[in-house]
Amino acid sequence: MEFKTHISVRNLNVFYGDQQALKDITIDIPDKGIIVIIGPSGCGKTTLLKSFNRLIDSTDGVRVSGEVLVDGENIFDPKVEVTRIRKKMGLLSQNPYPLPMSIYDNVAYGPRIHGQKNKKELGRIVEHYLRESGLWEEVKDRLRSPASRLSVGQQQRLCLARGLAVEPEIILADEPTSALDPKSSRHIEESFLRLKERYTTIVVTHILRQAKRLADYVIFLYLGELIEHGPAEEIFENPREEMTREYMKGIIS
Amino acid sequence: MDRRRIEERIFKGLMIFSTLVILSALVLILATVIVKGLPAMNVAMITQTPKGGYYLGKEGGILNAIVGSVYLAGGATVLSILVSLPVVLYLNVYAKKGSRLVSFTRFSFDVLWGVPSIVYGAFGFTIMLFFGLRASLLCGIIAVGLLVLPIMSRAMDEVIRMIPKELLDASYSLGATRFETAFKVVVRQALPGILTAVLIGFGRGIGDAASVIFTAGFSDSIPYSLLRPAATLPLAIFFQLGTPFVEVQDRAYASAFILTVVILVISVASRLLTRRFTRHIVR
Repeated sequence: MEFKTHISVRNLNVFYGDQQALKDITIDIPDKGIIVIIGPSGCGKTTLLKSFNRLIDSTDGVRVSGEVLVDGENIFDPKVEVTRIRKKMGLLSQNPYPLPMSIYDNVAYGPRIHGQKNKKELGRIVEHYLRESGLWEEVKDRLRSPASRLSVGQQQRLCLARGLAVEPEIILADEPTSALDPKSSRHIEESFLRLKERYTTIVVTHILRQAKRLADYVIFLYLGELIEHGPAEEIFENPREEMTREYMKGIIS
Repeated sequence: MDRRRIEERIFKGLMIFSTLVILSALVLILATVIVKGLPAMNVAMITQTPKGGYYLGKEGGILNAIVGSVYLAGGATVLSILVSLPVVLYLNVYAKKGSRLVSFTRFSFDVLWGVPSIVYGAFGFTIMLFFGLRASLLCGIIAVGLLVLPIMSRAMDEVIRMIPKELLDASYSLGATRFETAFKVVVRQALPGILTAVLIGFGRGIGDAASVIFTAGFSDSIPYSLLRPAATLPLAIFFQLGTPFVEVQDRAYASAFILTVVILVISVASRLLTRRFTRHIVR
């Protein structure tokens, strides 16, 4: 299988104080499809994900060396405008954090800060992306009510719509279903599968079955090191590394 | 009964006792002000300025002090918001977490909070002498503004600190700048707390006598310019209580009652005004 590269990581090291969270990671992440990062908790999955849109910048005492190239541009270059990098990526966190405003304003927030002022156009964007995340039918009659009144599952889909509304190329999802009930989790997974032709979706998960359901490409991290990566069938059916095999069997976690 | 049960009982008793002390203090203060003040109340109190001989028990009212206090505390509150909101947003959104500047700033606010208000008054007076200024509404506003600043900032800081980092990250990940995140997300989320901070500051400012005694002075007329001296309710209460006439002393209680009502009205009104902005808060 041939992959085109979208994000390239070159010798990425991340330290929190004295602790090294990522050790010399080098990997080319393919374009489009769902890329799943698996590994036991505390292995650096989230750190890797957050380096892609430089959200680790705001963490205390963090130090980064190496490069992350998005479309050939090193995003850790001090000259890079970080808001432009982040606009390329939508983020779904473990717990949904709707902004303190209405459902409509949550989705319109991104387009507005990036200069969209036309009311009609905003209305179109809001509807389009709420449909895309499968929430439209449930909220179309109460777009002006506070986003905080939605259920957690609905909030997570709202966050997806909000992220998509800035027209990213990449969706970053950090254990996006861990706070959700099974039905809401399925909604999110279905959205990812529906969107994977158009977006590069990177999902962090520790649920192996979820990884198997979603992944086109798998990255396995262990204690900050990249152990193995490759197309999903290869990793799941026939892992090269002993450690990957053990993780799949549930021996290490 | 075993020891743990007794422990529980004693502590529960202590809590109930403390609660009662607080409640009765509030009730007793209000009762004193109302019982002693209401009989001395009349329309003239709130519609007239003091006529000649007011402090000897003759005609007039304290409209000068009511208006002066509202102007003064209002001005000081606005001034204080203009300084404390940027500082607090800097501490919580812009500055690096755990940096020395941040903890030093918080420490300074704590120290300033503890400085007695008479010191602010004296400090303001020294500065005024240096510039050759006389007691005026403007000088009073600045002195009270300084007094209120650490109180308001610290109270705002406490609420803004409680905002989860993930909420900020959600805004950043959409490509928002820190400025957009600060004003569109942080301020909105913390609005009720910010309002409480502002009201605490206002209440403290309007009730303080020591900081205005040298800086704003006192006047029997309503100030029509920032550069005129202004009367304030706490000083009006002080002067009336200091007279040897019982009827004037009772007017002091009436004035205290007016001061309480002014604070109450402004608190309730601002809560109502901001209610529609606070329904979107994420809990």
